[in-house]
Amino acid sequence: MIKLVGVEKTLGKQAVLRGVDLTIPTGKLTTIIGRSGEGKSVLLKHIIGLMQPDRGEVWIDGTDIARLKGRALNEVRKKFAMLFQGAALFDSMTVFENVAFPLREKLRLKGDIVTKRVEEKLEQVGLKGMGHKFPAELSGGMRKRAGLARALVMEPEIILFDEPTTGLDPLMAKAIHDLIVAMQQQFHFTAVMVSHEIPEIFGISDYVAMLKNGRIAEMAPSSEFVKTTDEEIREFIFVGGTVAPKGLATEGH
Amino acid sequence: MEGIARIGRFTIDLTEQMGRMMLFVLSSFAWLTRPPFRFYQIVKQLNFIGYKSTFVVVLTAVFTGMVLALQGYYTLRKFGSEAVLGSAVALSIIRELGPVLAALMVTARAGSAMTAEIGIMRITEQIDALDTMAINPLQYLIGPKLVASLIAVPLLVALFDVVGIYGGYVVGVQLLNGNEGAYWSSIESAVEWKDVYGGILKSISFGLLISWVCCYKGFHTKHSAEGLGTATTEAVVLSAVLILVWDYFLTSVLL
Repeated sequence: MIKLVGVEKTLGKQAVLRGVDLTIPTGKLTTIIGRSGEGKSVLLKHIIGLMQPDRGEVWIDGTDIARLKGRALNEVRKKFAMLFQGAALFDSMTVFENVAFPLREKLRLKGDIVTKRVEEKLEQVGLKGMGHKFPAELSGGMRKRAGLARALVMEPEIILFDEPTTGLDPLMAKAIHDLIVAMQQQFHFTAVMVSHEIPEIFGISDYVAMLKNGRIAEMAPSSEFVKTTDEEIREFIFVGGTVAPKGLATEGH
Repeated sequence: MEGIARIGRFTIDLTEQMGRMMLFVLSSFAWLTRPPFRFYQIVKQLNFIGYKSTFVVVLTAVFTGMVLALQGYYTLRKFGSEAVLGSAVALSIIRELGPVLAALMVTARAGSAMTAEIGIMRITEQIDALDTMAINPLQYLIGPKLVASLIAVPLLVALFDVVGIYGGYVVGVQLLNGNEGAYWSSIESAVEWKDVYGGILKSISFGLLISWVCCYKGFHTKHSAEGLGTATTEAVVLSAVLILVWDYFLTSVLL
């Protein structure tokens, strides 16, 4: 289970997180929403130890990683994978080498077993036969798929998604969402996603949490979340988002 | 008062920066001692920093040796001392110009590329991606570059020395009809082990300095295209200045 207790973080002179308390259920897809610059990606980076809080605790399956460093932190990170906003593929390697990278570097696997596992993952994300291409030769959607294949190949317990559909057209965004849901249902990993895709995320997430003024303002199952009475949150999810579909907008007002 | 506060802030910033740089290089070497050992990465970097810098180093060495011989010949002729041309060329190159010019060339060619490569990896979150895979970026990215630079720069300097001396020979003996025997025998009698040893010591320290500064600047690139440009410029300028300053201090100790 992932549990954040009183997490505070100041970047420069700006207090970004001001006491985040958040419990993320195991084996479910939880989406964190919030306005731009609210600190959603910063929060995600705290969960995987890329950033350390000024105050507070970050518990991952009974280990507080808030003060962990070096090898101890790496041990906890073995449970994780992360899909970055820009996919963060290694641009000097082919798609195949990117997906094979954690197998070769972490598990020290070689030969046919690597090929088999990489090709299996590439097929699952719809990139069969694309392994020889370099990231620069791929479209934005394909890069996200390749990033997802790299995240899945180590069969992690937890996958973090940092705005996985940013910069994609609506059809491609839907395809990536569907892929994430399908993979989550197949492999039962705990998924934590940061997204702006309102209202789509309500249809795919088990839980939704809203980050507001550096704190979690609301967290609930997605079907309950839309019934919130908090005026600011209602404004954000029904008006302040992109263009909300009529049905959902009517429900909100 | 404001002026004093500014000096204070500058001093604190500078001390912090130096501390961070020191921790960066020490951590990188510490990670190198832990498995898995990344020999392939070291070989790859040897190819990039060493082998691929060979051409530019040879070219610089040839012309440095040639111009030294040309200048030296006409200056020495005024005193009737053309016979010591070989030693003048060899000592200049082995003691000073070989290590310094080869190091500057490696900075310009490989150092700037190192900063740009690591900087782009930082901006595009590839370094964060390594972290999330529980692969330490200092061990995977930085360590091999430090080791390769420590090995490659002394070898490039040795190559520079040999080629530079031959460049001097081509001008001093072949073109200006100097005495071939005098050229080589003056080198043999004037160059001591101490000169060669000093040159090697300089080249090792320059090798460390280049990869240290360039990797550090790339690793701490700010997240923008402008930040990457600034980091690359700072890396090259700082490396070049430090090479010249460090060269002076080493020379004053070694002489």
